[in-house]
Amino acid sequence: MSVVKIENLLFRWSAQSRACLDIPALEVRAGEHIFLYGPSGSGKSTLLGLLGGVLVPEQGTLALLDHQLTAMSSAARDRLRADHIGFLFQQFNLIPYLSVLDNVLLSCRFSSRRRERAIASGNTLHEEAQRLLDHLDIAAELQHRPVTQLSVGQQQRVAAARALIGRPEIVIADEPTSALDAERQTAFLDLLSRECITAGATLLFVSHDRRLSAGFDREIALPAINRALTEKEAA
Amino acid sequence: MKYLLALAARSAWNRKLTLGLTLMSIALSVALLLGVERVRQDAQESFAQSVSGTDLVVGARTSPVQLMLYAVFHIGEATNNIHWKTYQDLAAQPAVAWSIPISLGDSHHGFPVLGTTPDYFEHFHYGEAQPLAFTQGQPFAGLFDAVLGAEAAEHLGYKLGDRITLSHGMGDIGLAEHADKPFTVVGILARTGTPVDRTVHVSLEAIEAIHLDWQGGAKIPGITIPAEYAGKFNLTPREVTAVLVGLKSRAAVFRMQRYVNDYSMEPLLAVLPGVALDQLWQVVGVAERALLAVSGMVVAVGLCGLIAVILASLNERRRELAILRSVGARPRDVFLLLSAEGLFITLCGTLLGMILLTASSAMLAPFIQSHYGLLIEPKFISADELGLLGIVMGVSLLASLAPGYGAYRLSLADGLTPRI
Repeated sequence: MSVVKIENLLFRWSAQSRACLDIPALEVRAGEHIFLYGPSGSGKSTLLGLLGGVLVPEQGTLALLDHQLTAMSSAARDRLRADHIGFLFQQFNLIPYLSVLDNVLLSCRFSSRRRERAIASGNTLHEEAQRLLDHLDIAAELQHRPVTQLSVGQQQRVAAARALIGRPEIVIADEPTSALDAERQTAFLDLLSRECITAGATLLFVSHDRRLSAGFDREIALPAINRALTEKEAA
Repeated sequence: MKYLLALAARSAWNRKLTLGLTLMSIALSVALLLGVERVRQDAQESFAQSVSGTDLVVGARTSPVQLMLYAVFHIGEATNNIHWKTYQDLAAQPAVAWSIPISLGDSHHGFPVLGTTPDYFEHFHYGEAQPLAFTQGQPFAGLFDAVLGAEAAEHLGYKLGDRITLSHGMGDIGLAEHADKPFTVVGILARTGTPVDRTVHVSLEAIEAIHLDWQGGAKIPGITIPAEYAGKFNLTPREVTAVLVGLKSRAAVFRMQRYVNDYSMEPLLAVLPGVALDQLWQVVGVAERALLAVSGMVVAVGLCGLIAVILASLNERRRELAILRSVGARPRDVFLLLSAEGLFITLCGTLLGMILLTASSAMLAPFIQSHYGLLIEPKFISADELGLLGIVMGVSLLASLAPGYGAYRLSLADGLTPRI
């Protein structure tokens, strides 16, 4: 089964502007760990917006877990995102006024599917969140602190727990390590891919830093598949 | 939905200082609005109760409002008086239970002097049929005895036994004095919150006596009748200014009113005090409505402040909104989250305002009662006030949609990656 399947996708920010994304084909299969190389300006954020269902392509098809995003209402796309995708961003991933635990559980608040999957193991929601936090090396005494007191590395691991809880099929990580030093980057990456394997999630890791690509099943370079960029260079 | 509201509350708590100050300003403005409304209601009630138990007020023909102004509030002067014979005719009508003739025109340091009969202290009622009460002394008995209203006594610092002289005419300065015939204070009335408090009461005969050697508003030169001889003259009044009439049965009020208005010997006017007071309130009520409008604007300013604070916070919260979107929040959830915040603050502010008002009015009620004669009833909320609060909440609901809409637009534009 393909987790992401793109055919002849075209996206422009407005009808007047030139194409921002023009991807003939892209397919990600279930369980794959993909390194998506995207330097700034390559349409990385736009692609994430399309995959998350907050943007809609102008032409072409975009399927997520065999759901045609182009054929769905925006509410249905929001629902699909909540149920099946765990997002992880660069930094400031956490809501400052919620506790560590509540930040992790945020994913379950907007998706009953993920809530059910989180307690399917027999744990309560809190136990499941704690289990994930333990796996991600967040000590129990940190779990009730305000998130603003955590280090950046700790914050990213809490965000990873939020992306993983309820075992979503896809985890999309957008430069989650850019605020970490080299040593911690590798450690975080190892931890993330290990937990994705445990959860059975497909990992889509987006970064401009090619050095991190080791250990991934496959690397996709956005400049190579985005025709909008080659056209720009040609012009 | 429930979670979104909890989230809105947690987020608001996170910015408790700024929102707390805004909440305070809304609480104060709501307390002001309700306070003005409450004072307005109580003032109107107090006003409507300036006279009670009197079925008709009778005077020379003029407008009902003017008759009430001089007969009850002792403001302005009567253009014409009623003959004593006419008063006697009225008083003798079978439907009449009691009648109080009153005579106005003199003053004491700006306080109006009312000539009347001892019946006044028995039959004149105010408020909810409360009779006049004496804090000191008793009704006048001797010719030159005076009974003071509470405010007149307090303002001028009089006590029983003090001697006072009356001035001819209304006003305070440049008036001719009835210096040759001083009065003795024999009684001081308890505070009523009505014009009675500002009145100096003397007998009708005393009014005649001080004017024995007067004609056309001035002392007759060369004639002086000393106070000790005044009692030897016929002091039956020739005229009175107005008459307060109580009937045996209220059912007779319109018949009696028609009798007075059709009186053939001289043109008279009889008014029902309740109706005339309502008319009068229409005139003086403009000021209190203006006051209510101003306090309404204060509430509007408070709400504007609230919306400004929420809108200003919006930019700092773009990241937060993007995170919520990424975990599945719909744009309308974001809309709800921000709208709920404004509504939540107004709701808390309104409740706090009501508590503030209830507490402060309970504390200040005795002070207001004794200083302004205004009875503030201890109540939490009335139906009228509920209506006002409904308007406040309605406006705040509409106003709160603004930040909600702003956040909605922002989260649509930002998607998952806010450009900050």
